[in-house]
Formats: sequence, C-alpha cells, structure tokens
Amino acid sequence: MSLVPEGPTARGAVPHPDVHTYDEVNRDVLRALETPGKGWWALLAVAAAGVVLFFSAWGWQLYKGIGVSGLNSPVGWGVYITTFVFWVGIAHSGTLISAILFLFRSPWRQSIYRAAEAMTVFAVMTAGLFPLIHVGRLWHAYWLIPYPNSRFLWPNFKSPLVWDVFAITTYFTVSATFFYLGAIPDIAAARDRATGLRKKLYQVISLGWRGTDSQWHHFGKAYIFLAALATPLVLSVHSVVSWDFAMAIVPGWHATIFAPYFVAGAIFSGVAMVITLVVPIRKIFGLEAYLTTKHFDAMAKLCLLTSLIVLYAYLSEFFLAWYSGEEIERTAFWNRLFGDYWWATWTMLVCNGFVPIMLWFRRIRHSIPALFVISIFINIGMWFERYVIVVTSLHHEYEPFAWGIYRPSLTEMALMVGSFCWFGFWFLLFTRLLPPIAIAELKEVLPAPTRKKTGEAY
Amino acid sequence: MDNAAGLLASYEYLDSTVDAIKALKKAGFEKIKAYAPYPEHHIEHALGYGQSPVRVWTLVGGLTGTATGFALTTWTSIDWPLVVGGKPIVSIPAYIIIAFEMTILFGALATIIGLFVLSRLPSIKPPVVYDPEFSSGRYGVYVEGSRQRLEEARQIMNEQQPIELREGELYD
Repeated sequence: MSLVPEGPTARGAVPHPDVHTYDEVNRDVLRALETPGKGWWALLAVAAAGVVLFFSAWGWQLYKGIGVSGLNSPVGWGVYITTFVFWVGIAHSGTLISAILFLFRSPWRQSIYRAAEAMTVFAVMTAGLFPLIHVGRLWHAYWLIPYPNSRFLWPNFKSPLVWDVFAITTYFTVSATFFYLGAIPDIAAARDRATGLRKKLYQVISLGWRGTDSQWHHFGKAYIFLAALATPLVLSVHSVVSWDFAMAIVPGWHATIFAPYFVAGAIFSGVAMVITLVVPIRKIFGLEAYLTTKHFDAMAKLCLLTSLIVLYAYLSEFFLAWYSGEEIERTAFWNRLFGDYWWATWTMLVCNGFVPIMLWFRRIRHSIPALFVISIFINIGMWFERYVIVVTSLHHEYEPFAWGIYRPSLTEMALMVGSFCWFGFWFLLFTRLLPPIAIAELKEVLPAPTRKKTGEAY
Repeated sequence: MDNAAGLLASYEYLDSTVDAIKALKKAGFEKIKAYAPYPEHHIEHALGYGQSPVRVWTLVGGLTGTATGFALTTWTSIDWPLVVGGKPIVSIPAYIIIAFEMTILFGALATIIGLFVLSRLPSIKPPVVYDPEFSSGRYGVYVEGSRQRLEEARQIMNEQQPIELREGELYD
C-alpha cells in the first residue's frame, strides 16, 4: 500500500514527498554519522587552526594585559562586547525554533530544530567566553558568583551585569539540557545501528533509552514543560543583555525600546545563521528530501518579519531622537549616520533593512543559493548593528573633552575571527556525532504504517 | 514466580500493535510494555495513561527557584547593607530578574530529574529481549505472566501477525 501523503498530511505538517517509511529516515539521517568526506576534514582543519588562533590571542592578552586591545577611555566596550552580544543573539533563534515553534505546533520545525538547537548551545558557549576575555583579569571572574567569602562581600544584584551572569548561565544550562533531552531517542537510534566503539559511546549517552511506553509518556510531558520554561527564558535573556546598555544613561543606549528591539534582532540574526548552517549540511549529507524549499521558505518569511521589526526599531530610534528635542540625543543619532562611524551604521542599515526586502519575492525565498547569500549579509549586518550600538554611543557622549575614537586592535580582530572557528569546530563535531535531524520527531509527521486502511484514524 | 516469563512481539503496523495491546488488556494481562520509534498517543490510549506526574516536579522546582532567587538577593543585601545607585537596600524590582532566572533554572532541572526518576533512566544494563528495529520502524509489545497464561498471550499476539515473536524475560 502507498504511504505517500497527498498534499499536507493529516497532522498539517509540511510534507516530505520523497520520504516514505520510518526505516528510510533512520538510514538517511544516520548516514551522516558514517565515514566523513574530505570536505568535512578540510573544514575541521580550518576551524581547528582558528581555535589555535583564538586561544593564542587570548593567551597573548592575558600575558601582556588588556592594553593589547584597543579599549581605552572613553570607549571601554568594543569588539569583545559586540561579539558577545552577536553570539548571544545567534543563540536565540535555536530556542525559538525548538521551544516556541514547538508550543505553537509549527508544521515546519521538525527537520530543522536539531541543528538549530546545536547552534544555540555552541553559540552560548562562544558568547560566554567574551565577558571573560573582556574583563581582562580572568582570574578574578569568579567574583561574579555569589558565595560566602573572606571579604564578606556579595555581588550587586541591582546591577544589570550581574543579571546577565544569571541569565546567560541559566540559558546555557537550560538550552544544553533541552538539546540533550531531545537527542536521547535519536542517540538510541544511532546506538541500535552502530558497531564497535561508537556503539559503546552511544550506549552510555543514550542512557539506556528503549522507547517504551512509559519512557515516551513522561518524555513527552517533560519536553512540553521544558519548552514552556525555555520560551520566557529566551525572551528574557536578550532583554537582560539589552539592559546592560539601557540601564546606563549613555545617549543612544538609554531607551525603553531596547528589550523588544534586541529580541527581534536576535531572532533575525539567528534565523539567518540557521540558514547559513543548514544549507551546507543539506548539501554535504544529501538531506534534500528532509529540508525542502518549503522549510527554507518558512525560515525566509521569519527573517523577513523580524527584519521589518528591526528596521522599524531603527527608524523609531532616529525619529525619537529628533522628536525628543534633546540636543545630546539628537547629536548622538546624527553622529551615527554622518559621524566617524558612518560606514558601520550604513552597513547595518543596508544589510539588515534593505537586503531582506528581496525576501518579499517568492522566487528568491525558493532559491537556496540566494537565501544563503542573503543570510551572510544579515550575519554581517547584525554584527555591525552591535558595533554601532556599543562604539558610536560611547565615543561621543556628553562632554566634548571625553570624545574619542576607538580602533580595534589585531588581538581583538583575531579573537573575533577565532570565535567563528571555535563555534564552527563544535558544530562540525556535532554533525558527525549526533543525528543532525531529529529522527523521532520527523516520524511524528509522517503517516503511520497501518495494515487495515483505517484512513484518518491512525 | 520462577515459572514466570515474558513474550516480545515485533509488529510492522501501528494498528496491529494497538489491537494486540487492547486484546491483551481484555484478556486480563497487566504487565504490558509497548515499544515505538516515536511518541505514539494511540498506544498510550490503549494502555490507559493519565496525567504524567512530571508536572509536579516542574511546579515544585520552579517555585523553589523563585523562593531561592528572592531569598538569596534579599539576604545578601541585608548581610552587608550598602546603598548602590540611590536604590533601597532591598530592591525588589531588580531582584525579580534574578528570581525569574532561578525559577526557570530550577524548574528545568527538576523536570529533568523528575523524568529520570519516573521513566527509570539511566538504565545502562542492556535488556535480554529487545529488537533494535524499535528505534527505526517497528512497534513492539512485551507481556509478562505465568507459563500457562503466556500460551494464551502467544495466541492473542499471533493473531496480529507479528514479524517476530520471542520468548524471554526483560532482565535476568
């Protein structure tokens, strides 16, 4: 009998017309874990070289001191904080796709969310290093943790920087847990096919999962609750990051719009990064049947929506600066457009505001090469957005004697470039060690095999 | 129970599996375990599942987190009273953020612990009877009972044409 669904399946999912049986899903997805090709090794070598660069640059800064960066008065926050905010933002869409779209029963998330969640975990791992790099004296970083100490001092819980410590560590713990929990049944599937050392590894990390009724029953409920907890968490984390800025009275930072503006920007950049990562995975592992143009179309629409919110936030910032009638505020925003850092601002506006306009066209949303190129523009634009917010605001504050120019040093650039390699390194290992597509969840949207033709009942 | 044993059937079709479970329940078998490659609510219905107690773990964990968050921030402020930024010593609005993050953290961790306790994970010891195809495309039904009762079970399970029917206990 035919198991091929005609049009959308009974559960309203985006159809995978070229996927017919459950066995096929296991075979196709688990094939990705077999002997890697030359391309993968080449990418891993590049990433590993970048990781070496990253830690060498950090080591150099630890040895010489924070003076090797371009940070100085008045610009005390630069590329490190920019890159920190960038990576936290990237993390967000992973949780959006895995938790929020799960609660909304979105019909297209199943084949994308595992890669998106992995991206989240590794992006937070990358982001979390930058405050440690930025503080310079790494060996004092533990002062941020509340513990009874001989100085009788506690962290200042009124400070947004301490909120940030709590938000980021919670986010990392919860997203890593969520990622691992969702992967357990698929690791068990990998275990049942693997041999030798890999089988031993999967035996341990699948925790002895057998797919019994009681396991699935509690798993399903736990997953819903974790998704329900992760949803407000993801919105809170980037709000807290935005308050690192908005709680200060620096012109260009002190705005109530910051929390929603940052959250929209985070999702925007994150979805773009998912597209950037998923396009090569699809190609390298031959997963075209699972990641169809309909999935890319849905992601492109999400990008378009968030780009409009972000553009609206840019415009309203400029408008409110003018409308406030406040000289300092007006100057700050005039300075963004036509001041020393005009190139950064215009890069941000073109990449985030104007390039995504192309996504209005169906033909572009359905062209995977076009989406890949646009997603890279967005990644660049969103990095510059944070650069504009951090640097242009600080270099031109209230008193003219405290104005100054910031130029990133080579060490800072090496750490920024190295962070992409550090992230890529983990992501490449992920594609070989864990099934890159959620096997069990994909089966939920395929029609179940039945002996009797009971129609919609099963 | 030394002459007690178990039977494991592998099925290709979902409806066969559900029918087998229903028939076994009707015949009075109580120790039934089902296997599926994905969460299948028809099987859960056939086995008569209600609410999962995981939710209690989540709630208790979350509330503990809220309390811990407020307690930590308030107590540390009083322990070394210091006026910062002209705000009151105990600034509840600022502490809501810490309490919120701890609610999520404790809630999530409690949910995981609850899941592990309830579904008896991790269980590294491999079972004696298991079909590796359960994680791929097959469904399974396992039933336990005395020797005579198992003959009855075998008949019921065979009626649904299993791909494979094996005898053996889950764990030795």
